[in-house]
Amino acid sequence: MSMDTEVIRRQFPFLTARGSPCAYLDSAATAQKPQSVIDAMRQQEEMHTANVHRGMYPLAEEATAIYEAARQSVQSFLGAQAPQEIIFTKNCTEAVNLVAKSWGKANLRKGDAVVLSPLEHHSAIVPWMQLAEHSEITLAWVNMDASCAYTVESLRTTLDTVQAKLVCITGQSNVVGVRPPLKESIEVAHNAGALVLVDAAQLCVHHPVNVRELGCDFLAFSGHKLYGPTGIGVLYGRRELLEGMSPFLTGGSMIREVTRKGFSSAELPQKFEAGTPPITQAVGLAAAIKWLGQYPWGEIEAHERTLIETTFAGLQSIPRLRILGSDDPGAISGCMSFVVEGVHPHDLTAILGDQGFCLRGGHHCAQPLHEHLGVPASTRISFGMYNTIAEVQAFLPALEKAIHLLSKS
Amino acid sequence: MDLYAEHILDHYHHPLGKGKLATPTVVHEERNESCGDDLAIELTVEGDIIMAVRWQGEGCAVSQAAMSMLSEKLEHMRTEDAAALKPNDIREMLRVPIGPRRTKCALLSLHALKNALLKLHHKPSQSWAETLGE
Ligand SMILES: Cc1ncc(COP(=O)(O)O)c(C=O)c1O
Repeated sequence: MSMDTEVIRRQFPFLTARGSPCAYLDSAATAQKPQSVIDAMRQQEEMHTANVHRGMYPLAEEATAIYEAARQSVQSFLGAQAPQEIIFTKNCTEAVNLVAKSWGKANLRKGDAVVLSPLEHHSAIVPWMQLAEHSEITLAWVNMDASCAYTVESLRTTLDTVQAKLVCITGQSNVVGVRPPLKESIEVAHNAGALVLVDAAQLCVHHPVNVRELGCDFLAFSGHKLYGPTGIGVLYGRRELLEGMSPFLTGGSMIREVTRKGFSSAELPQKFEAGTPPITQAVGLAAAIKWLGQYPWGEIEAHERTLIETTFAGLQSIPRLRILGSDDPGAISGCMSFVVEGVHPHDLTAILGDQGFCLRGGHHCAQPLHEHLGVPASTRISFGMYNTIAEVQAFLPALEKAIHLLSKS
Repeated sequence: MDLYAEHILDHYHHPLGKGKLATPTVVHEERNESCGDDLAIELTVEGDIIMAVRWQGEGCAVSQAAMSMLSEKLEHMRTEDAAALKPNDIREMLRVPIGPRRTKCALLSLHALKNALLKLHHKPSQSWAETLGE
């Protein structure tokens, strides 16, 4: 199916139900959900409710089959080799924590380093900081300049100075929209003996991701940014790695056997899915993947490129406004952030919000990046497939007016 | 009335009491980490009277305007009365609707004042929950 933005918009109840027009420009925080996702979840709750991997009756079998089919949807979405490599979590954050608290705790020893960059979201930083509090591992930061370009050379320099065991790398910045060169970085990290965890929370919404092509060891994302529901995230892990890891959370579902003496863990993927999983949310995520799959990536990316370029050009022409990160719109995807001299992002986004423009102001869970850029906070505009040039064209003058109101006369 | 009423923007653009004191009795700084709002308050206290107030800060219009208005109100106030100020006094002073999203912006000045006064009396800082009266 080819992509017509008006047709896309009509599939989102939120975008059509509103009496007054609301330009939702905060999809990097969470995306709106299409009707098919909402319907699939409702259908699941209404007609297929039973716990999974537990009952012997047909309904329970059906629920289990549906849940496992959702896992296979994610497997094929990521190009993973086997469904056992797909672990459902609560969100992207929990997926990273799973790696830190299971693999990290067991494999990182005194003197080992986890390599990060200022582009990372707090969810890919803090789990490693917490681990470092209780062990003598170090965190090493890849250097970058104000353009926020992540270079393979800079990664190599960092890898040369530490005993790196893991490189945690974002696929796409949730603040400045730049994409590190993933494939090359993964190769360089592997050559240095480090594993690689990719935070694909933003990337997988805007660009196809294939874990086998990338060669990454772990990859994490959240359902709710991918037009799916909240309450579900995914950890991909290479099978042999996951097999060697201890469970993260423990309890029901993740065991093979429990005696008074102890327990043994179930096989993958159940080993990492303690308790009743987010069944309805898995169904919603599979529906989102199916919905997204109707549209060729080339068309999605072309549409989002025009949104980025129009916004970039418009922002650039506003006095005292500085776009953070790259000065090349071609290097930016999904979102961009800016600061305006003398105007606080919270004032700007509050005024714009009252006029129906939903943008985020703040540090966007990326304080080290803001520190790197020398600003405490910024205003972010981010896009989904449903955004239009008309929204951007309405937003730009509204922004100028708000800046004018807040500026000293 | 809307949050960005003329008197709020006026205090934001032309703040009162902004600056430093030569010999303050107490200096205290508070930050809203989530938005980067920052206020440092300086008081000269003689006996139990606040004789002078100066402050420095950065942040959103609401946090800065509230500090400006509060600094005006504090001069010659008894420390005891200043310590008894409540969130509602700040809301009434601001005369604009403060929604839940902006509560901490509006009350950062009060939080800084309360902790400045506690510091003056060599007492530990209070938490946001205490300032909010929760
Ligand atoms: C790049 C990136 N990584 C991780 C996350 C964390 O996602 P979640 O809050 O759904 O766990 C987000 C979004 O919040 C993000 O943008």
